[in-house]
Amino acid sequence: MAHLPDPSNVKKQLIQKYPTKVARKRSQQIVINAVAEDKTVPEILANVRTTPGIITQRGCTYAGCKGVVLGPTRDIVNITHGPIGCGFYSWLTRRNQTRPEGPEDHNFMTYCFSTDMQDDQIIFGGEKKLRQAIQEAYDLFHPKAIAVFATCPVGLIGDDIHAVCREMKEKLGINVFGFSCEGYKGVSQSAGHHIANNQLFKHVIGRDDTVDPHPFKINMLGEYNIGGDAFVIEDILERCGIKLVATFSGNSTVGKFENAHTADLNCVMCHRSINYVADMIEKKYGVPWIKVNFIGAQSTAKSLRKIAVYFDNPELTARVEKVIEEETKAVEAVRKEVKSRCEGKLAMLFVGGSRAHHYQDLFREIGMKTIAAGYEFAHRDDYEGRRVLPTIQVDADSRNIEELTVEPDPEKYRPRRTPEQLKALNEKGLEVKGYEGMMPQMDNQTLVIDDISQYETEKLLEIYKPAIFCAGIKEKFGVQKFGIPCLQLHSYDYGGPFAGFKGAINFYKTVDRMINTQLWSYIKAPWQVNGKPLLEAELVNS
Amino acid sequence: MLLRHTTSEIKERSALTINPAKTCQPIGAMYAALGIHRCLPHSHGSQGCCAYHRSTLTRHYKEPVMASTSSFTEGSAVFGGQSNLLQAIHNIFSIYEPDVIAIHTTCLSETIGDDIPQIIATARDKKYIPDGRYVIHANTPSYVGSHVTGFSNMVKGMVTYFAEPGTQTKTINIIPGWVEPSDMREIKRICYMMGIEIILFPDTSDVLDCPQTGRFEFYPKGGTTIEELKAAGRSRMTLALGRSASVAAARELDSKCKVACEVMELPIGLRATDQFVDTLRRVARVEVPTLLEDERGRLMDMMTDMHQYFAGRRVALWGDPDQLVSLTEFLVDLDMRPVYIVTGTPGKKFLSRIEKALRGKVPEAKVQEGPCSDMFLLHQWIKQEKVDLLIGNTYGKYISRDEDIPLLRYGFPILDRIGHSYFPSVGYVGAMRLLEKILGLLMDRQDRDAPEESFELVM
Repeated sequence: MAHLPDPSNVKKQLIQKYPTKVARKRSQQIVINAVAEDKTVPEILANVRTTPGIITQRGCTYAGCKGVVLGPTRDIVNITHGPIGCGFYSWLTRRNQTRPEGPEDHNFMTYCFSTDMQDDQIIFGGEKKLRQAIQEAYDLFHPKAIAVFATCPVGLIGDDIHAVCREMKEKLGINVFGFSCEGYKGVSQSAGHHIANNQLFKHVIGRDDTVDPHPFKINMLGEYNIGGDAFVIEDILERCGIKLVATFSGNSTVGKFENAHTADLNCVMCHRSINYVADMIEKKYGVPWIKVNFIGAQSTAKSLRKIAVYFDNPELTARVEKVIEEETKAVEAVRKEVKSRCEGKLAMLFVGGSRAHHYQDLFREIGMKTIAAGYEFAHRDDYEGRRVLPTIQVDADSRNIEELTVEPDPEKYRPRRTPEQLKALNEKGLEVKGYEGMMPQMDNQTLVIDDISQYETEKLLEIYKPAIFCAGIKEKFGVQKFGIPCLQLHSYDYGGPFAGFKGAINFYKTVDRMINTQLWSYIKAPWQVNGKPLLEAELVNS
Repeated sequence: MLLRHTTSEIKERSALTINPAKTCQPIGAMYAALGIHRCLPHSHGSQGCCAYHRSTLTRHYKEPVMASTSSFTEGSAVFGGQSNLLQAIHNIFSIYEPDVIAIHTTCLSETIGDDIPQIIATARDKKYIPDGRYVIHANTPSYVGSHVTGFSNMVKGMVTYFAEPGTQTKTINIIPGWVEPSDMREIKRICYMMGIEIILFPDTSDVLDCPQTGRFEFYPKGGTTIEELKAAGRSRMTLALGRSASVAAARELDSKCKVACEVMELPIGLRATDQFVDTLRRVARVEVPTLLEDERGRLMDMMTDMHQYFAGRRVALWGDPDQLVSLTEFLVDLDMRPVYIVTGTPGKKFLSRIEKALRGKVPEAKVQEGPCSDMFLLHQWIKQEKVDLLIGNTYGKYISRDEDIPLLRYGFPILDRIGHSYFPSVGYVGAMRLLEKILGLLMDRQDRDAPEESFELVM
């Protein structure tokens, strides 16, 4: 780690090949981190359009809505209204594990439902076919709820999916709702998360007012159960004596969403994909929220303690401390051993809208430094912290995404904590409704890059030769052709879970295996390393 | 039960596709374009299409798949994608320096009606396309056909843009159809053994099965070169393998450059390979080398030696029409019973091709193509009467587990296993591999289910 290149030179190299306009824009999205004493950081350009022709990591709004947020919910029949592709590609490709309680319980996650639009529906409209598809889905499966997702051509031809949903809801007597999540909306998946969450808020959350008498009820927001992460978190919470009402949306059911507003606290994991739901639930029902992070052993412990502080109950605190103590022993043994082999090595993370932040904690725990990181679809507040929220300018692309106006519910609003209590919590160090963002937690002189391109990825790998690069499946094999291991952090291939204490152990071992294997040293054949002609080298000398 | 809601009772469906046995055109076009040397496929639409196609191809091949996108936002959807595409062309040639950009449309750009040739002409006027570089295109609306159609359209585009008529050479064109890089390599090997000079297009070998060298090549060494694509217009003739994926390009070569074409099924299995080799022998006027006859003989040996174990076994298949037709013929030749066959790719001719492959030998066979021909229907048929073996893509693993039926992963996409891109399934060697896999699956099952006293060591 001794001789790291000057980041401003690196930045120059990343953009020098770009046409002027592209270079100008990218230079605002590539920032050299500098954290001031008050934790303020330089401004980064984020949540803006990807320049056409640039090879980006990003997907689309439909992917964020159907693939990310609604995908992990097992008992909703999710019908993609559009040509076959969108439904096909979002079919079981996110490793959202789920665990129905019994063999009779609904689980539609293994199914892909599509209206498979053909050209005559593009010409004459697809509402009739959609109506019929909803009817057929109902007749075959009798689900509790049916959701409809609009793809690009649906928005263009003007099918009113919401009208069809209303009509079918009336006719079938089950909850039917739609998402206008056409791929061209917004600039990334982020728009899709927002559309998904808004509709869940409007059509699902708050329909079941049954209150569980348990004293410590929370929701986990922004956890999608990739590779079983949510299972690990569920297990920890249960052992601590904390009741999980709903996870949005890992291992979830529509019933749990309907009941979510009865919780006492919302815990936000992925700030990007769901912070507004936490805000809306607070406004409408009076449930405060805190930012948590269950990625990393220390972060998990810290998050559990935050929850304990919020509930302020000695018994709960004792149980939390006991679980932390029990788990930490096993974690520490592995951590120390792995650290001895990983200390000082460099990591880079370019993934998602929170993972590039959270996973840095895991690397830090084994002595590795994150030299460059960035998000695929974050906004400025995810980098710089919520303090910049008032200064974020809303551009045309964001304006297309509906903002809900939320008022306290006349009957169901029940503030869980008084303003005085919240203030007291803040004074105790529990920042309610706060998130300081990724950059204040990164070292100075590291690179923060929003919406990194394939070209910049290659340059970074050439310049820094990091020990490990974390990205998605599209990037993975290109990175590995450089002889650098790439850990897939969207779906972990078949690896994981990486959340909680057990996940941390899993992660340490995974990283250790990846960067300390001898395999990479065999890439060159012996004759490529000692390439002397045979006669000259051996026979004559022997 | 992972597919717990699938019942044996079949209700008529006209609008809802469940667990499709196809996907959309652009991914096929992207795969075909990767078979041109130094070509960057470009997806003209919103980012998601490109991301989804790259992800699926990457998962199938475990290789980097490079492609760019026009990154449509709402503005482009309303005002048209010309400005995005012009910017994209300019940026791509500046940054990624390909020899060719191969543009395919999406349902978005098709619905708004972007005129791609006109935009390419404008890009040329604006000097966004450097001398000696090319931009080609294919229209691939996702609401028509399937991924196979998209593949076919892009291969046809290669002819439209590149093939040049001229003095006839002795070269033979081979359009391999939608097969794996390993299959393209095997087709080249067979022709090499026979001493025949060919132009194979597209050719994804050495693009999507690249060696690990410690060096990343943005454009790997494989792929058909532009010179070869141009020269294809002067070849003596074209062999088009697989009617759904290859006929359009072959016909285009015929009408544009007067290169005669012969169309045949994909050389999967004994007789389709025989036909391929025999046609090559005839048109190139060469003898079939002993080495190749020996390969055929070894396949025949395996078929005759093992006949008792595969004869009479019932098989369910789904996937792409060209592959299904040849596979069905091979299974029938082995005296197996391909009883359920489904493709989501629409095309009525498929039914008569399958009929021919079945040769009236499996009267109980159920075959379906087009709307609502999906894996849900196939599964329902299986629930009505079981089969011994499944042949199809990775998505069949759920049926396989629920019904406890072995699955031979075949076709596209295979997301959870490797091998398909490295070991061919075409040619005699490919047929031997298929047979080995089928036997392995059936006999592992026999061993697993055998009572201890019948758990045998020798056969």
